[in-house]
Amino acid sequence: MTLDSKIPPGPLDKKWTTFKNNAKIVSPANKRKFDLIIVGSGLAGASAAATLAEQGYNVKCFCYQDSPRRAHSIAAQGGINAAKNYQNDGDSVYRLFYDTIKGGDFRAREANVHRLAEVSTSIIDQCVAQGVPFAREYGGLLDNRSFGGAQVSRTFYARGQTGQQLLLGAYSGLSHQIATGAVKMFPKTEMLDLVVVDGHAKGIVVRDLKTGEISTHAADAVLLCSGGYGNVFYLSTNARGCNVSATFRAYKRGALFANPCYTQIHPTCIPVSGDYQSKLTLMSESLRNDGRIWVPKRKEDCAKEPASIPEADRDYFLERKYPSYGNLAPRDISSRSAKEVCDEGRGVGPGGLGVYLDFADAIKRLGQKTIEERYGNLFEMYQNITGENAYERPMRIYPAVHYTMGGLWVDYNLMSNIPGLHVLGEANFSDHGANRLGASALMQGLADGYFVIPYTLGEYLTTQFGKKVDPKHPAFEKTLQESKARVQKLIDIKGTKPVDEFHRRLGLLIWDYCGMARSSEGLKEAIGKIQQLRAEFWSDLKLLGTPDGINMELERAGRVADFLEFGELMCLDALVRDESCGGHFRTEHQTPEGEALRNDQDFAFVSAWQYTGDGNLPNLVKEPLVYEQVKLATRSYK
Amino acid sequence: MITSPSASARTGPCPGWLWLNSSIGKKTVVAVTGIALVAFVIGHLLGNFTIFLGPDAINAYGAKLQSLGPLLWVIRLALLGILVAHIYFTMKLWQENNAARPQKYLASNPVGTTVFARTMRLSGLIVLAFVIFHLAHFTVRVVDTSYATMHTMLDGHEVHDVYKMVVTGFSSGPVVFIYIIGLFLLTFHLSHGLSSLFQTFGITNRRIRQNYETAGRVLAWALYVGYISIPVSIYFFGLGKGVLQ
Amino acid sequence: MNFHLKVWRQKDTNAPGTLEEYEAENIPAGASFLEMLDIVNAGLTRKNIEPIQFDSDCREGICGTCSLTINGIPHGKGRGTTCQLYMRKFQDGETITIEPFRADAFPVQRDLVTNRSAFDRVIQAGGYISERTGSAPDANSVPISKVIADQAMDAAACIGCGACAAACPNGSAMLFVSAKVTHLGLLPQGKPEKNRRVLSMVRQMDEEGFGNCSNYYACEAVCPAGVPAAFIGRMNREFTAASVKEMLGMSV
Repeated sequence: MTLDSKIPPGPLDKKWTTFKNNAKIVSPANKRKFDLIIVGSGLAGASAAATLAEQGYNVKCFCYQDSPRRAHSIAAQGGINAAKNYQNDGDSVYRLFYDTIKGGDFRAREANVHRLAEVSTSIIDQCVAQGVPFAREYGGLLDNRSFGGAQVSRTFYARGQTGQQLLLGAYSGLSHQIATGAVKMFPKTEMLDLVVVDGHAKGIVVRDLKTGEISTHAADAVLLCSGGYGNVFYLSTNARGCNVSATFRAYKRGALFANPCYTQIHPTCIPVSGDYQSKLTLMSESLRNDGRIWVPKRKEDCAKEPASIPEADRDYFLERKYPSYGNLAPRDISSRSAKEVCDEGRGVGPGGLGVYLDFADAIKRLGQKTIEERYGNLFEMYQNITGENAYERPMRIYPAVHYTMGGLWVDYNLMSNIPGLHVLGEANFSDHGANRLGASALMQGLADGYFVIPYTLGEYLTTQFGKKVDPKHPAFEKTLQESKARVQKLIDIKGTKPVDEFHRRLGLLIWDYCGMARSSEGLKEAIGKIQQLRAEFWSDLKLLGTPDGINMELERAGRVADFLEFGELMCLDALVRDESCGGHFRTEHQTPEGEALRNDQDFAFVSAWQYTGDGNLPNLVKEPLVYEQVKLATRSYK
Repeated sequence: MITSPSASARTGPCPGWLWLNSSIGKKTVVAVTGIALVAFVIGHLLGNFTIFLGPDAINAYGAKLQSLGPLLWVIRLALLGILVAHIYFTMKLWQENNAARPQKYLASNPVGTTVFARTMRLSGLIVLAFVIFHLAHFTVRVVDTSYATMHTMLDGHEVHDVYKMVVTGFSSGPVVFIYIIGLFLLTFHLSHGLSSLFQTFGITNRRIRQNYETAGRVLAWALYVGYISIPVSIYFFGLGKGVLQ
Repeated sequence: MNFHLKVWRQKDTNAPGTLEEYEAENIPAGASFLEMLDIVNAGLTRKNIEPIQFDSDCREGICGTCSLTINGIPHGKGRGTTCQLYMRKFQDGETITIEPFRADAFPVQRDLVTNRSAFDRVIQAGGYISERTGSAPDANSVPISKVIADQAMDAAACIGCGACAAACPNGSAMLFVSAKVTHLGLLPQGKPEKNRRVLSMVRQMDEEGFGNCSNYYACEAVCPAGVPAAFIGRMNREFTAASVKEMLGMSV
């Protein structure tokens, strides 16, 4: 199988223009004839649904939340990048493009990333027009800040709630289209499977989470905007309901899953405090500007009160290892260093999984008042969650998963290898390579929904005139029965363990073996253990109640069942990618200083996995990454 | 474009009717009628204060009002209409509000609200009963029919002796008690009512809202002090004792 | 820590509900309220009792999904959502009553899960600015004073959880509706549709069966996003002004 990424010809900075000039357009009269299914109502889904409906398509939009406004894009804090250069500090489309490619450790597709940088500016215009209250300067113009170590100030933000405001903007556009009747919204409705008719994606099977009813929906094209798979770790900064099911079901129907091992671990989260925990909370990275990260030099000191440990017995490990960047070292590097010291047994707090983020020096230098002004709300949040006062006692932080760069493989048109199946936002793999830059996730979700898919969808739809699928086609009934049988199978296990227990155990496995550091040996072990856990799940799961009506354990069981298969694929991908790059760190491949060692010679490709049946090894399809413009370089933060 | 269910002036239902049936419209009616009633309450108090200027002053004031003749009836009917509207719309809101929250919390724990706000309907109904008693007492004079026969001479004309009637009325302990309680509940009612006016009309913002609330409460309690000063002066401090001899 | 729970259980919208009593045992003080319920649910499953159904998603206080009334207060005591309430705030051995958000417009679907789609329909009635993707002028072409932008942000911070309507003795959604009316009405981009928006949204709010505002301010006291009740005053003003224009036959 070869993959055609359909990258337009011509120089990099002209590709998108060339594409648009030659794009196949569906006339307004014909748009009315096309039905589209959109799964997910986050930034990508809501923006796509609103824009496509506005253009005249008939859209059905599905989300598992009780309202499209609650999709997890809402939780993004920091901001959204755009190459507006409003600060006159030397930003440009090319610079944003290059930073994104470099940040992704040269494992993203050049043409897609350049297009992302190009349309970034329109996103800000669009959002302001729909009433997003971005931060402003006194003169009334938009404010920007520098984020995630970028050299220019290109991040637009709305307090610490940028994701919320952007999502509510897209939601308002979606609501407008629902009011006009162009979008039919199905909240609390979860996709269970993809219906493929004669090789084309033509519908989905869904379960109404309120009534338990399972039904099919037919359409001319299906758009998956269902987010990432961070919850394979059980504990992550994702929402409780985030899941891989939509994309994984599509994978099992033939769509290729690309780079599943690329996950991003954020260094400053509140550490795990016990088994009962259901969620990890992110603390703004800005804390690292004034806080100093350390652990005790000796294991014996870990249980001591931090204030009683003398300066000489503390190890400020980031400052020691990265003298020039110090506590501001990039996300993947900081995260990995924290893990190393904890693995050495020098971690602090419950389970020894935490490092101190100490503000004592900053308070001495600047006064408590200044620190309060800068981080007051974060200190308050920390106190609310942990019950500790960070003005008196150093904070404890630990890395946590919060974004996944991998996803379904898509071409330049955002279409997967199954014709008709399009994938947008975090659910696809295309733009962030092996590591995502801060404030780029929001940008990608909205770029795909507002400015890419409305242009690229025509490439597929213009081939589908007069080919309307019959909803009575046997493929629908067959897929429906399979989904019903699967739900029943879960209920019928009648074992002894509740679903969360399996999820928690899976999460620990993935975290230990496929988290911040991975090794061939560990990954092989993990694959075996996941297989065992999966077998145990299918024989010992205990679900009460019926499939009719609200049954949240049943919903979770379906998702965990998919995670249990997906986790194995993730480990397999990590095993095959025998190099270190971005968030994927193979302990076998590091420099003497412990930095990631990339292997461009052998691994400058996208790993796209093809399902070949249960129990069979999936087939690895490679899309070579060809860089026409950019020279591959080593990231260095010394 | 925002289209439904906003009324189009030409084809849709009458905009005035829509307004009157909207939650904010009904509230506005209650607020506007409330203002009219408060204006009356203030005017009434100012008139009452003439009692402190002696019998002639209040009797002259009473005679002046009586001399208005038909106009007096117009005012009375207008006030009655305002009161009825005030009560009618309140009851309508009450009914809707009950329907909007049919099931109460089993563990009730009111937060943010004041006792004045929570007792609006109760205080309103008691005030209504009090007003009826007051009208029966001093206007229709059926509580003590002898009030109707109290007359005195003023500037050569025979006029109703309001002064004597009031002093007589407030010489009775139970009556004074009823007035103190009735007026106290009126104050309760106005305490929330007055401080809410600005919110209902939207002449407010985050910073000044608290000031309005305080001002509303101060005015309500000032009216209370003003009103009860009369029965208290008569009953406890012997104002006008002479006329009873 | 141990707690004695009284939890509202209801099979579906039409079935009658009742308070059931459960023991929550060995709960870590650092657990959130929802994590406490997770622990209780795992125990119930082991005892073959169907777990308590309750809504939650982001568990970091921003999505607005979680919606429990704890001891009579939506989201429980203190500022913030249910998911941001931690068990250390309770006394060991305390009896805790958990009920769903109550309002006629939020029918209970099961146990503690309510249907808050009325809020979505109110937004659909006009809680947006009619613009077309791709038609926007440059973002800096219309300067907006920082004061206005900040105030719009205060209003836009609403998470749509419904605690305002659940706390209001009248089941009124005025705080929610006024937050959106204020957010969009303040911005120059939202001005052209200002009158239509407020008329349409208030009428939809009434149609959904929400109650009227009696200026109790319970909404403001429980709002996890700190939306001030002064915005309700602002909406009253905008609505009255728009109604007067409409009554005078002016097009709005």
